[in-house]
Amino acid sequence: MAWRDPEPKKEYDAVIIGGGGHGLATAYYLAKNYGIKNVAILEKGWIGGGNIGRNTTILRSNYLHDANNLFYDHGMQMWKDLSQELNYNVMYSPRGILNLAHSDAQMNAYSRRGNSMRLNGIDASLIGREEVKKMIPFADFTENARFPIFGGLLQPIGGTARHDAVAWGYARAADDLGVDIIQHCEVNGFDIDDGKVSGVQTSRGNIKTKKVGLCVAGSTSILAEKLNMTLPIEAHVLQACVSEPVKPMLDGVVTFGAGHFYCSQSDKGEMVMGGDLDGYNSYAQRGNLPTIQHVLTEGVALFPNLSRLKVLRTWGGIMDMSMDGSPIIDRTHIDGVYLNCGWCYGGFKATPVSGLTFAHTIATNEPHKLSLPFKLDRFHTGHLLDEKGLGTKTWIS
Amino acid sequence: MKKALEQKLGLVDMLEIKCPYCGDRSQNEFSYGGDATVKRPELNSEVNDLEWDSFVYYRDNPRGKHLELWHHISGCRQWFKVHRNTATHEIIQTLEMQEDL
Repeated sequence: MAWRDPEPKKEYDAVIIGGGGHGLATAYYLAKNYGIKNVAILEKGWIGGGNIGRNTTILRSNYLHDANNLFYDHGMQMWKDLSQELNYNVMYSPRGILNLAHSDAQMNAYSRRGNSMRLNGIDASLIGREEVKKMIPFADFTENARFPIFGGLLQPIGGTARHDAVAWGYARAADDLGVDIIQHCEVNGFDIDDGKVSGVQTSRGNIKTKKVGLCVAGSTSILAEKLNMTLPIEAHVLQACVSEPVKPMLDGVVTFGAGHFYCSQSDKGEMVMGGDLDGYNSYAQRGNLPTIQHVLTEGVALFPNLSRLKVLRTWGGIMDMSMDGSPIIDRTHIDGVYLNCGWCYGGFKATPVSGLTFAHTIATNEPHKLSLPFKLDRFHTGHLLDEKGLGTKTWIS
Repeated sequence: MKKALEQKLGLVDMLEIKCPYCGDRSQNEFSYGGDATVKRPELNSEVNDLEWDSFVYYRDNPRGKHLELWHHISGCRQWFKVHRNTATHEIIQTLEMQEDL
């Protein structure tokens, strides 16, 4: 086995709940950067079975706001060396991400976003219709296109990585440093004394610890309820799908700007596609066909030749949609309980930097400077980080 | 019977929502309006920041039964309440806005 299957010990220095990408990365950086090696990861199912295994593998840091740019781009720098760091090939592929624009107004908006990226030291270029045509000649460039392509914003180091390998790589590396990965272990409750955590109650017995980190994405509100906490989060289902495999046709990641559709091609040749949330609160990890139809209609509007492909499979994951579209990495009002959630549908690319900053928060009891803008109290102080300006209708995004 | 069972098990291609005014219609005709149990603080009363922020941002977000708002936007354009299970997508009951469970 690449990692051990240990029995839970009676006590740990820190317990991470959730054996997904963020939980595994957090445990790894706790052990590696902060020397806290007596750590358990408690996973209800099996590691990598949640959103780390359900996403569309896109890496990017093409944001408008400084806080997002600095945070996610630190992550992009970490991706570059991640295979070496973990001694595990995560198949990092900086193949470029191209956001298409379909109007002059959208070109202006992308110009502003690109400038914001460049001011933060992130390479970005605004390209015109002819250049886009060279990159994706099979997109609809005809006179009849309902949403003609005006150009796009390109982040050259955006790209993809192999999502499962990220989970497995962090798992093996954390295990090597002494972290116990405990699967099929559900957390049912917390022991809180005088506002301090002293342990967790699990399906495999009680475990003492003074530090607990929550990395449970879509299940955050369920665990928060056990802590008597309500959060600015709603759970929503997001679907993705892949087509039957075809020969190489698309070498980068492309997003359609007139709706919500994005596409890349996997190394197996499948077209990997996604778009909107289903649009109602859900914990079901599956959606239904109207949303798939809507998303693929946009896909066909952009790439007419997709209409000839069969969909091979669809699946859904539960997104922890925060009320301003930005994540939460913070302490809580309970001493020793730390929160990592609210990733909406952008969590995969953040895996390394989320783990790094959350490990810092847990180890030092202070926010990392990169995750300072992601504190929970912003919903009271008014320092929201609403990248898209969508407000609290989380399902619209 | 079969349809009800399929819906209970979540084995459906799309939701069928019973608009209180139009009857069973496909989910394509509706848009969502979020948690119906959120109450705006009373007008003309003292409201502290915590109460206001809770109203605007904080949600119970239950796994299981959820009372929510839907809008029959491509139909009669009425808002109404749906009592639905967020774990299975089963629709238990629909109600008019003034009705309570």
